[in-house]
Amino acid sequence: MRDFRLRLSQNMGPLLALVLFLVLYIFYSSLHPRGFTSDLFVQNSNEALTLILLGMAQTLPVLLGGIDLSVGPLMTLVNSLASELVSGSAVQIIFGMIVCVAVGALGGFLNGLVVVYGRLQPIVVTLASGAVFSGIALFIRPTPGGKVDGDLNWVATNALAELPGTYGWWPNGIPAWFKAIEGIPMPIIILVAVVVLIWIPFRRSETGRACYAVGSNEAAAYMSGVKIERAKLAAYTLGGLFAGLAGLYFAIQTGSGNADPIQAGTYTLNSIAAVVIGGTSLFGGSGGVIGTIFGVAVLRSITFCFRVVDTDSAVGFLANPLLQPMFEGLILLLAVSIGAAGIFKMKNRLSMFR
Amino acid sequence: MANRDFSTLVRSIDRPLLFAGGFIIAILIVGSIYTLSTDGTLTLLSPNYLILQLKVAAFLGIVACGMMLVVLLGHIDLSVPWTMAASAMLAAAWGGPWAMPMGLGVGLLIGVVNGLGVAFLRVPSMIFTLGVNVVLRGFMVMLTGGFSPSSQPTDLMLYLAKGDILGVPNPVLIWILVCIAVTFLLKRTPLGRYIYAIGNREAAVYLSGINTKLVLVASFALCSMLAALAGMLLAGYSSKAFQAMGDPYLLPAIAAVVIGGTNILGGSGKLSGTIVGTILIVLLQSVLSVMQMPEAGRQIIYGVVIIGMLLAYGRGARIRL
Repeated sequence: MRDFRLRLSQNMGPLLALVLFLVLYIFYSSLHPRGFTSDLFVQNSNEALTLILLGMAQTLPVLLGGIDLSVGPLMTLVNSLASELVSGSAVQIIFGMIVCVAVGALGGFLNGLVVVYGRLQPIVVTLASGAVFSGIALFIRPTPGGKVDGDLNWVATNALAELPGTYGWWPNGIPAWFKAIEGIPMPIIILVAVVVLIWIPFRRSETGRACYAVGSNEAAAYMSGVKIERAKLAAYTLGGLFAGLAGLYFAIQTGSGNADPIQAGTYTLNSIAAVVIGGTSLFGGSGGVIGTIFGVAVLRSITFCFRVVDTDSAVGFLANPLLQPMFEGLILLLAVSIGAAGIFKMKNRLSMFR
Repeated sequence: MANRDFSTLVRSIDRPLLFAGGFIIAILIVGSIYTLSTDGTLTLLSPNYLILQLKVAAFLGIVACGMMLVVLLGHIDLSVPWTMAASAMLAAAWGGPWAMPMGLGVGLLIGVVNGLGVAFLRVPSMIFTLGVNVVLRGFMVMLTGGFSPSSQPTDLMLYLAKGDILGVPNPVLIWILVCIAVTFLLKRTPLGRYIYAIGNREAAVYLSGINTKLVLVASFALCSMLAALAGMLLAGYSSKAFQAMGDPYLLPAIAAVVIGGTNILGGSGKLSGTIVGTILIVLLQSVLSVMQMPEAGRQIIYGVVIIGMLLAYGRGARIRL
């Protein structure tokens, strides 16, 4: 029982984000003219997956007590690269996708090298490396465009049901077990695969635990013999890999590449917001990518909700598209202020200085 | 003997100033070699070119002065871009003799909101000012309907941004005045001492009986007011206030502050470093565009220079207990 309480209090942030998401999403889909359908869920998960992957990329440096301002530019870089590489024969496509993800991991690794061995603050390192990534992205793709394989785009942005038809699996009829799961959107499957195959093994590994230790108290972690440098390098590399996945999915989803630095900046800022809403502390040491997933879900649901508000109702002014940016900002401020409400319960006023 | 004098002299100049100053000279030399080899002139060393660069640098310099106050506390202000845009747009739309005081008032208000959030709610400044930036953008989008407002900067704004006194452009004079004021604030007033002290250890300052919350609010307010001033000057310089006018100033301002040797975690740094850092960034961008470097190359060089400069003198202490 005590164990359950402890776990509950440790996971309060992600749980709050989950509840908020469910409330918003149920509100949204009940107001939607056609109600909750598989198509709607597919469409919404499509719109969310890029930012989810990018938020996961941001989560790892934040867990260490740092921050990564280069996730957006790195995503843009991989996005531009994917628009050059991910087309042609099946071998070319697979090769291109592997190169894209590897470039993302390499970018994160380089950030990690400068942070760990250069002993510079992550915020300034990634500010500068973000400029470098943006520059390389502009070299690869001076104007928006490029080409990404159409079949891949179709499969990755639809429900699972489209997968066998597109690639001609099971010409003699679809097996019954597949019928049962064919309504699941492909983005959700990609997300679950990333979490199960990459995040959970990492979280349970020695290095993953070391990341939490470093984020909680670096000096104490060092004294306990935790391999600090390895943990930091691993976290930045994994963050880069997630950013690479985000860029790759963004390219597949939009079918093109775009090296717009402004878009990169917006994505970076949204990723930070998602991490905070998802319950990961900006001081490091607590939280995780699961919370961030729900953090993005909350952010996106807010946007969705604005779309379906009835213009004639009492809250009709919410549907005004000109008001939406302001409400998004206000909700972000409100969310972080509520998260900070614990300050008024502090027994010792000194503990508010960290 | 003379040798020792020289080495003490070198040591008395701090390393950020030395490195950044040396790099500025290096940029000018490389640029001059380029212009000499292409059209046989030394355009980059002409007073006209240098004064123009100072004029362009003044806007960034004023923003960076404000940013430095906040960075010295160990905080950061990401709401600068839309503070600039909002105050400039509102001032230009308001018009009349009270336009500039109103713009500064807008800056003050934004700064106080930032300061209250950081000081009383203890929300990390990075996320709170980010949220304020989004709200301001939304607010301006709502007011202008997403279009460019049809507003005209007032005569005072135009004069301050475009006029000159004895050949020195007014923005440069304003920048110099701001620098003198900020230096006085940091070196000669209790508030300045508190700012450095809070950057080192806020809890200790609190226990010394100082109202640290007030210091935080005051610093954020000053930062936003300087951003508002720069925004209005920029509106005068480009003869209009427009959406996103402040966006290209946020990251260069932070870069100028840290290149100048200010610790991003707060507590140490000199204004002279920030000034040199500002000039370095503006000159680097300008010389690269004279050399017809494409945008992509400029971005890459810009990033590499920041990391290189910091690796030369901005490294943190090794964690060894």
